[in-house]
Amino acid sequence: MAHGTYSYQPKNAFTKWLDSRLPILRLMDETMLQFPTPKNLNYWYTFGGILTFMLVLQILTGVVLAMHYVPHETMAFDSVERIMRDVNYGWLMRYLHSNGASMFFIAVYLHIFRGLYYGSYKAPREVLWLLGIVIYLLMMATGFLGYTLPWGQMSFWGATVITNFFSAIPFVGEAVTQWLWGSFAVDNSTLQRFFSLHYLLPFVIAGVVVLHIWALHVPGNNNPLGIDVKGAADTVAFHPYYTTKDLFALVVFVMVMCYFVFFNPNFLGHADNYIPANRLVTPPHIVPEWYYLPLYAVLRSVPDKLIGVLLMFGAILVWAFLPWLDRSNVRSYKFRPVSRQLFFILLIVTWILGMLGAQSVDGDFEFYFGLVLPISKLFLSQICTIYYFLHFLVITPLVSMNEKALPVPESIATAVLARNSHAPKARSAG
Amino acid sequence: MAHSADTAHVTRRDFLLVASSTAAAVGGALALWPFIDQMNPAADTLALKEVEFDLAPIVAGQIVTIEWQKKPVFIRRRTPEEVASAEGAALADMKDPQADKDRVQKAEWLILVATCTHLGCIPSNLFKGEFGGWLCPCHGSHYDTSGRIRKGPAPKNLEVPPYQFLSDTKVLIGAAPKPTAPAEHG
Repeated sequence: MAHGTYSYQPKNAFTKWLDSRLPILRLMDETMLQFPTPKNLNYWYTFGGILTFMLVLQILTGVVLAMHYVPHETMAFDSVERIMRDVNYGWLMRYLHSNGASMFFIAVYLHIFRGLYYGSYKAPREVLWLLGIVIYLLMMATGFLGYTLPWGQMSFWGATVITNFFSAIPFVGEAVTQWLWGSFAVDNSTLQRFFSLHYLLPFVIAGVVVLHIWALHVPGNNNPLGIDVKGAADTVAFHPYYTTKDLFALVVFVMVMCYFVFFNPNFLGHADNYIPANRLVTPPHIVPEWYYLPLYAVLRSVPDKLIGVLLMFGAILVWAFLPWLDRSNVRSYKFRPVSRQLFFILLIVTWILGMLGAQSVDGDFEFYFGLVLPISKLFLSQICTIYYFLHFLVITPLVSMNEKALPVPESIATAVLARNSHAPKARSAG
Repeated sequence: MAHSADTAHVTRRDFLLVASSTAAAVGGALALWPFIDQMNPAADTLALKEVEFDLAPIVAGQIVTIEWQKKPVFIRRRTPEEVASAEGAALADMKDPQADKDRVQKAEWLILVATCTHLGCIPSNLFKGEFGGWLCPCHGSHYDTSGRIRKGPAPKNLEVPPYQFLSDTKVLIGAAPKPTAPAEHG
């Protein structure tokens, strides 16, 4: 961001010497300490920092697990059990890693929906948004590959179902799947390459994260008002204001993670994955990890394999067009009353798709509390899938062109001051 | 590269640049191939080509699942009713129409690769679905007593692997079917 002037001054002889050779301390000072940040960021903006922490934690625990894990079909399952029972703190490393993956996805979904709600995908942050989609896709791939490694029943059959997506490609589908497997079915060769790639991809993610942060630092942060920073009065330095805020949010987030890790470590997993992989028995009900469930429901909503697979990938790729499908010149949905309601409808539709993805194919929709609604799951998943795509491809362009936005504040500073003058009690003590 | 006004004067240097960069691009692309091809099935995997199976213990109505090329294979000894229902089904109703006689060598024995053509699950032997064949538990594809897809998302019939009867009770899966007259075996 062009506002505010950086004033990094090397303080001693060594930093002066280093600064004229590799200005790395200057870079860190400018991007992590002095970086001028809108002063109105709320807690929804802390997930970027949380995600960075989760990536580091996953790499750390993953590197440790790889010291004990054996990527071979006859030994993988037992080596995971050995990690759980015999390796010192192995249980902790594995539960941190497996629950860490789920927490990583919780954070990324909140981060994505925050970006949607405050219009963070809109100009000039399109490249930032696109890089985010790349990171999300890489995370999906990494999560899938990692889930295969324990070589339980869900690992094996999940791998079978997902790799079979590629068999939907016309003409070369079978050749492509055999190339992915290195065999005629999911096999030891598949497990070994999945392990290799599972180790590689987090570092690729780290690389794209650097680009993502770089693309963030050119236009600077968006903010809940969605308006541009107009001067120094609108910003505060990243440190200590947002380092403290991010740290507090991180502590709360890690406490939630610790609940799962220490008190309910298998809540987000599936019991069938404690049965060693058996290529002759398909579990009665294959469910992916929870973070893929809405996409899984989209896949199953279509009685045609190729179209189902294309729609499933399309459900994510459609996000890439959002910066250009949204024609409004107001960013934040705070000031876009219709878009705001549509956002919450989209959330509900996605949630229902997630519920459908967790249920078996046939029968009526099972709502919560054992309540079965008199609507067929297939029909409901088709309605939700159609609505999901309509939301992005039709409703968003039409609404954004015609919607009358509420008046947008003049600047961040005036909005912040106006809000505080409405609530004098909260500030009177200070 | 050269300006449009300069195109009349293609120099030796231009030629060398185009030729050498083309060679580098093609060479680079060719060098990629070993890195791609190493992921294809290796020689020892390809060697798992054939498996022999004894049919004698299978009773009418029974389905057994065996392994061939790391894939499950169904061997089903069909009852006369199942054969009749497979042969009598109207092809017009099918997504992937194929006559039953084109899918078996002996009407009693139905041999199929047991991976659902949708996303590779094993269709259930216990839940036979609406057409008396198999129901895939993953995404609800129904197959009939000839292993043909009749309902659900799977695009194709269950695949018939190559096989030949070595005798009345022995089958060799993975081998090309023998011609009707017994041929000499080298």
